[in-house]
Amino acid sequence: MTDKSSIFVWIECQGEQIKPVSLEALHCGLQLSESSGQKVCAVLFCGSKVPDLSPLSDFAPHSLKVFSHGRWQDHNSQAVSSTFFKMIQEQSPRLILLPASNHGKELGALLSGLAQAPLASDCIEVECLGENDFKVKRPIYSGKAYASLALEGAGLHIITLRPNVFRGESGSATVLPEADINTTEPESLSLIVREVIKEAGKIDVTEARVVVSGGLGMQGPENFGLLEDLASVLGGTVGASRPVVDNGWRDYSNQVGQTGRSVSPDLYIACGISGAVQHIAGMSGSKCIVAINKDPNAAIFSVAQYGIVGDALEIVPLLTAEFKKILNG
Amino acid sequence: MKIIVCVKQTLDTNASIEIKDGAIHAPGSARIMNPYDEFAVEEAVRIKENQPDTDITLITLGGENSRDILKTGLAMGADRAVHIIDSDLDDFDGLAIARKLYEVIKDREFDLVLCGRQAVDQDRAQVGPALSVLLDIPAITVVTKIDFSEDYSRVVATRQIEGGAERIESPLPLLATCQKGLNTPRLPSLKGIMAARKKEVVEITDLPNTAGSVENDAKLRILELSLPPQRKSAIMLEGQPLDMAKELAQALREKEKVL
Ligand SMILES: Cc1cc2nc3c(=O)[nH]c(=O)nc-3n(C[C@H](O)[C@H](O)[C@H](O)COP(=O)(O)OP(=O)(O)OC[C@H]3O[C@@H](n4cnc5c(N)ncnc54)[C@H](O)[C@@H]3O)c2cc1C
Repeated sequence: MTDKSSIFVWIECQGEQIKPVSLEALHCGLQLSESSGQKVCAVLFCGSKVPDLSPLSDFAPHSLKVFSHGRWQDHNSQAVSSTFFKMIQEQSPRLILLPASNHGKELGALLSGLAQAPLASDCIEVECLGENDFKVKRPIYSGKAYASLALEGAGLHIITLRPNVFRGESGSATVLPEADINTTEPESLSLIVREVIKEAGKIDVTEARVVVSGGLGMQGPENFGLLEDLASVLGGTVGASRPVVDNGWRDYSNQVGQTGRSVSPDLYIACGISGAVQHIAGMSGSKCIVAINKDPNAAIFSVAQYGIVGDALEIVPLLTAEFKKILNG
Repeated sequence: MKIIVCVKQTLDTNASIEIKDGAIHAPGSARIMNPYDEFAVEEAVRIKENQPDTDITLITLGGENSRDILKTGLAMGADRAVHIIDSDLDDFDGLAIARKLYEVIKDREFDLVLCGRQAVDQDRAQVGPALSVLLDIPAITVVTKIDFSEDYSRVVATRQIEGGAERIESPLPLLATCQKGLNTPRLPSLKGIMAARKKEVVEITDLPNTAGSVENDAKLRILELSLPPQRKSAIMLEGQPLDMAKELAQALREKEKVL
């Protein structure tokens, strides 16, 4: 049973797997729970086969609610939000935490409308404020500034969390509570998911720990293979500046910046990117930034920890070889 | 078909931001139509090009100076515009914004409501979906393609997800939030700019403040704005390319511990 002061954490699944961003949300929920005493309930929607729940035991919630039915297999925002809202009405949680993924942001916003609850999206800090309230910090103007907000009042609040920011050391192996599994068929709604198209093996730029980004300085689409090689050695993914996307060298999902994706990886390597404000806005939250540019005065160096002045086409393959050596040896 | 497009005025993405007296300050920077809203306006105009009896209404909520973006949208091809003038709007409260838009939209006829995926100032991605809930219509967000059924009664939209896409079908009316990839927004032509002068812009100044149907004792309050922490200046590596590569690999591994 959940008591009236619980924190619900939406566990996002991808196919039959729990997405790592969900564990970050759980980790954040548990940290809040430690200071406020509120109980954490993980809520998961999945197809008729329940996914392997063991990853959750790294950050074991106090209770676990699973909705399992063939019709939950593909995420249907309308069905999930209406069922989630019913649960909110029955159990009156204080807070809902969701990863700020595409689905998570959409679900958070739908729930904010359904429950008339304030929403703070894409937060990078969350803490308890006094006994009942929360304080969050979130980037605005895609990271050119931050807003600190108080979420106050005894009602429901909703927070979505920027991926890669709330990762935690997996705690001492705690025991996962037994899942309360609900197998009733979801009601029929007007939205129908016709097709889910996945690019196999691709890590999304917002979820990658390492992003190797290329700008116009990469000269042409044929040279992005060099960045793919470097990214794959580092277990990361490739990003791009806007003109690279506009030229059709890379897909829009790769675009980093104010009108692209905002990323916060551990390591961001900018290759042949000048460092326009719109680009910096989307990546300045990265923990460590490396810039490679042949122009020693490029603006990108002003946000970098490490700079290399030189030809990216020459430097990148050398880096790939060096990383390969130290990571394998 | 009747289309409503919600547009917002934002600061030029080129702007550098300061904070002055607890507010965002960007002296000398232009104000523009939120870039994602341009995709929404463009999509509506393209639908109208295929379905000439389409009627496009732009709605914006903002201060007096937001009028410029309505002019832009009308010059792109929208038919009329509604300007909800609200100079003491709390831009941090997305729900309040959705409610105000709802008050204006609810009594109108519409088949499709288009919004941007998010506004590039608040980056909240809340107003569109929250508005769809108030209007009691489905929403599809981050849309990169909209296909209509032959009789224009249903839509199949492609939307972005991490590492892929989904195709989602919905009946109309529907709310969709638009993402880059959907189209390439046109620049208003001279003819469009001339035509826009004659188009109607209705101003609403006294919108009632209405609460939603669900009571929720929770509110959001801005505490403070801050700028990102200043970064230390970069360590510029020197020497032969191979030496720099070696030094960097070692520093990332041993000093930064990011590998
Ligand atoms: C409304 C709006 C929104 C925008 N949103 C975004 C956004 O979301 N993301 C974004 O990235 N941009 C965005 N921009 C564009 C932005 O203003 C810049 O034009 C863009 O970021 C520049 O991309 P770039 O660095 O790849 O190219 P350039 O500015 O042309 O820079 C290329 C760099 O490569 C270097 N170079 C050249 N050859 C080499 C070589 N062989 N080795 C190493 N370095 C080399 C050059 O010295 C230069 O610094 C936006 C612009 C507008 C107007």
